[in-house]
Amino acid sequence: MSESTIQIALVLPDLLGTYGDFGNAVVLEKRMTWRGISAEIVPINYGQPVPDSCDIYVVGGGEDTAQTLAVKHLREHPGLQRAVTKNAVVLGVCAGIQIFGESFTRADNVTHPGMGLIDSTSHAGGSRAIGEVLAEPANGLFEGVLTGFENHQGRTVLGPSARPLAHVKVGTGNDGSVEGAVQGRIVCTYLHGPVLPRNPQLADLLIEWATGTKVAPLDLPAVSAMRAERVRAAS
Amino acid sequence: MNDSPARLPLRTAAAVKLGNLSSTLSQKMGLGAGGMIGGRVALKLDPQALNRLTQGRKVAVVTGTNGKTTSTMMLARAVSALGEVATNHSGANMPDGHVTALSKQPDAPYAVLECDEGYFPAVAGASNPAVAMILNLSRDQLDRVGEVRTIERSLRDTITALKDCTIVANCDDVMVTSAAWNAQKVIWVATGTGWHHDSASCPRCGNPIQWQGEHWHCTGCDLARPHPNWITADEAMITPDHQKIELRLTLPGKFNQANAVMASAAAHALGVSTDEAVRRLRGVSNVSGRYRTIHRNGRSARLLLSKNPAGWSETLTVVKEANHPAVLVINAQEADGRDLSWLWDVPFERLQGRTVIASGERATDLAVRLTYAEVEHTIVPDPLKAIDQMPQGAVEVIANYTAFRDLNARAAADE
Repeated sequence: MSESTIQIALVLPDLLGTYGDFGNAVVLEKRMTWRGISAEIVPINYGQPVPDSCDIYVVGGGEDTAQTLAVKHLREHPGLQRAVTKNAVVLGVCAGIQIFGESFTRADNVTHPGMGLIDSTSHAGGSRAIGEVLAEPANGLFEGVLTGFENHQGRTVLGPSARPLAHVKVGTGNDGSVEGAVQGRIVCTYLHGPVLPRNPQLADLLIEWATGTKVAPLDLPAVSAMRAERVRAAS
Repeated sequence: MNDSPARLPLRTAAAVKLGNLSSTLSQKMGLGAGGMIGGRVALKLDPQALNRLTQGRKVAVVTGTNGKTTSTMMLARAVSALGEVATNHSGANMPDGHVTALSKQPDAPYAVLECDEGYFPAVAGASNPAVAMILNLSRDQLDRVGEVRTIERSLRDTITALKDCTIVANCDDVMVTSAAWNAQKVIWVATGTGWHHDSASCPRCGNPIQWQGEHWHCTGCDLARPHPNWITADEAMITPDHQKIELRLTLPGKFNQANAVMASAAAHALGVSTDEAVRRLRGVSNVSGRYRTIHRNGRSARLLLSKNPAGWSETLTVVKEANHPAVLVINAQEADGRDLSWLWDVPFERLQGRTVIASGERATDLAVRLTYAEVEHTIVPDPLKAIDQMPQGAVEVIANYTAFRDLNARAAADE
């Protein structure tokens, strides 16, 4: 593999792959290769050490026991944490937002330490948030509305070092008002769908961060049609 | 022969009468197939109706994520060797559907009930089953049904508490094995079916599950693949007394072989000889419209139902054998699950190079998935029109739940 291939680490798909979030890695890979940027997906399964040399890390959602096991593995093999200090780009979805924080507390009131990558804490909310979400990107991070499907019980509170990814218009997100988190080059969200097929602008932002170059727009009619449908359905 | 069902108390008898009347009215007025409304009325009038209607009958309950309807029909066919069987094979698989089916055949000494996973505790609790068949457990409609582990936990608690019930369980499925592990009596069936994506970690202790070929074990506790009593071999099965019997099913696919072996094992537990059971299973060809072929304008379209990633993965294997054009139909109504994220867990890449049409109410979501899978396709939201746009000849149509139901009803109306 050449030096310039962008490596997309798919982190613990066997544990954190419950909600189709594998699709996020596929979208990143295809949007790069279609533009002539060499890219490949590197799956990192449970039991394997986590390399610190990848350019982008994608972490998905999972069930409670799988999430606990995942965070244990990622703390024992801190390749992802080392990669963050080297400016790697990270996308954490659902369980991702919870385990990247300082701590997360489950419905049984047991608090688990997180990976401390973003300034946040998560706890179990009263009811499960399920449904379509629309949110306006914060600080003009990218164009267009953020769309996705949420299905989580966790609620997340951001500390001063983390900024929200977006402001909720429809749905719950972190707390009914803001959705997700951005800290350095780490982006977290509660949104499935998966989030990158739904939001190609966010996918391209991550690609630009990883490659350091601006990318040309990609015209995919199916993606525009699907976004328009989902936005209409949620509004 | 079994005893006939117990006489119904007056309240249940009246509830059943009114329920049957509502089913008939519903059918006559064209409101529905009458599969549930009768039961719903009867259960309102007598909440114990399910318990009373199953008294004195030998009951088998069939549950799992995929293959419930087909396996239920197979088991009912096999058990009919012993006597009349009341069964709910139209997919009305919640208590109202069970009460409707039982009310319509009050004298049947046997009942084979397909049961939604979420309702298994209530139904098994009320119906005192002689046999419970647990097919498989994988991710399905996470926004409606919940996560697989929650389902496993509730099945496990119910099964552990069941008395005088033989559990027929798929030992190639970690979740099913865990659910049946503490059963008083269990018959293990090796089905050879292979969705492992929901069992990387143990449902009991959270430690990793390790696989070596077909064998698996938990690295943290004593959960491990039990020694199977029945084995699904290539197009055949091996019985507990080491007899090899060719299956020769009409239904396609490995997963239907698995369903057949599970049904044979359950029928055997109820007293049907294996040869007799298999002979009857071979005749099953059309299960509530699944696998039926419809003929339209020079096209013969085979209708296949797939509801979740494990089901789609198996169905794509079946359609791989011939390189026919494929119409894929996706809805996301309440009964399908509203979240379509699961489309990304389906290996659509296998359809590269094929003529494909994305169809259904959520055809555009599917089109996005196909785009990234580099499968060339067009979008035709109406599935019948999509079939008409295919070249003449054989067409495979794969649809998820409500898409299949609606397409099947329209196709039946056209015939």
